[in-house]
Amino acid sequence: MIKLINVYKEFPRSGLALKNASFHLRKGEFAFLTGPSGAGKTTVLQLIHMAERPTDGEVRVSGFSSGRMRRRDIPKLRRRVGMVFQNFRLLRDRTAAENLAFALEVTGARRSEMKAKVQRLLAHVGLAARAGAYPDELSGGEQQRIAIARALIHDPVVLLADEPMGNLDERAARSVFELMRDINASGTAVLMATHDVELVRRYSQYRVIELSEGAIVYDSGNSDGVL
Amino acid sequence: MAYYSVREAIAALRRAPGLAILSATSIGLSLFVLGIFGVAAYNLDVTLQAVERRVEVVAYLRDDISAAQLEVLQNDVSSFPEVESLTHVSKFEAMRNAIQQLEEFRDVFTDLEMNPLPASVEVRLRPAYRDPTSVARVAELIALYPFVEDVRYGREWVDKIYQLRRLGGAVAVILGVAFAVVAILIIGTTVRMAVLARREEIAIMRLVGATDGFIRRPFLLEGFITGLGGGLLALFLTYAAFLVVDGSLINLEWVPASWAGGGTLAGGLLGLAASGAALRRHLTTYG
Repeated sequence: MIKLINVYKEFPRSGLALKNASFHLRKGEFAFLTGPSGAGKTTVLQLIHMAERPTDGEVRVSGFSSGRMRRRDIPKLRRRVGMVFQNFRLLRDRTAAENLAFALEVTGARRSEMKAKVQRLLAHVGLAARAGAYPDELSGGEQQRIAIARALIHDPVVLLADEPMGNLDERAARSVFELMRDINASGTAVLMATHDVELVRRYSQYRVIELSEGAIVYDSGNSDGVL
Repeated sequence: MAYYSVREAIAALRRAPGLAILSATSIGLSLFVLGIFGVAAYNLDVTLQAVERRVEVVAYLRDDISAAQLEVLQNDVSSFPEVESLTHVSKFEAMRNAIQQLEEFRDVFTDLEMNPLPASVEVRLRPAYRDPTSVARVAELIALYPFVEDVRYGREWVDKIYQLRRLGGAVAVILGVAFAVVAILIIGTTVRMAVLARREEIAIMRLVGATDGFIRRPFLLEGFITGLGGGLLALFLTYAAFLVVDGSLINLEWVPASWAGGGTLAGGLLGLAASGAALRRHLTTYG
């Protein structure tokens, strides 16, 4: 479903960020993308999200190829690939429900569909009662749950998470991680970038792809993590 | 989708009214300068047209010209493509005109035993043929007739008017383009500020799969509304300046409605174009 084939990525200022990276993330799989800061985790996620294109090699995502992809196809890909970040990236002047509705509206969804879908997703992330709250009125954990709900709004085949618990206390982090496991259990693949070695060890049943200085140095690889 | 664009454009204007007013004022002031120049250019054109209408070729006829020859001359000259109208002035009419126009020489004219003034044919040219080359060509053709004594058309005046007209046209184009560029730069900068103020919102729209067109539409509408506001402000300021100047310093004519409407609409279109350019740059730069 997601394939990186001998991918290199070089940035004009910072140089080579990714060297000959290859892996295949299967449908419904849960994988950790680990490594120290600057190892290339975020670059991998950006390449999958097509925010960046490889300097060499190919990235394939659910039928889309980085080599053949036109600019106008990118929105179609992004509706199949949800993404969450460490800093949540919610619109501060909109309520939790409005943040979700916004993601539906900007992709041309009908207003009649929006309300039901927003309510369903808020309930799914356990925040139905907080629909009218603004991001600043929510805890970090709650904000990340809203961000996850937004990433799921188009029923993506994969959820990319870039250090999603990086800004959360332990309890909130655990709850967000459990939510991501639930999402994975319902069939959505999850690729989560983290440098939390303890978390990776605790959930050793999941696949681990480890990066160091832009190269994949370890991939537990096989189907162990496929649910 | 259209509802979303209109709602977001209005919401954006409401969210940052200061920026919207600043943008509209900047556009308005740039277009105001253009408007003042437009009124000046229009009035210069009106004046030159009035002078140009008086451009005519006068053929003075020999005293022994026959009625048949006069008829040939009139028929021939009337058929020239350059000629709009033709008037025959007899010797008697020439004297009467001279007495009327030169009142102080009335006695001199009335004491004459014979009329020394020649009959003439006054030839008025069509507007498209009032340039020096056409006027000179018509004069040369008329001068070929043997019963035409002399042909006059005020060569220097025609040359000067024509030069003035061309100069006015060139200045209008250069200044017009310069002020339009200034307006575009100002609008572009202000729209870019608005885009940067909302870059996180744009980034999120892209994150969740909004197309470039969908992202662009509310900004384009916002740019058009702001530009139109600037255009209306410029129209108001220009008309106010016109009222102050007209009658007190110089008599002016207000520009035609199509100019005023076109100028105001141009503000909107400038806003649209500048928004489009600013946004295209942003969307390309930020992947």
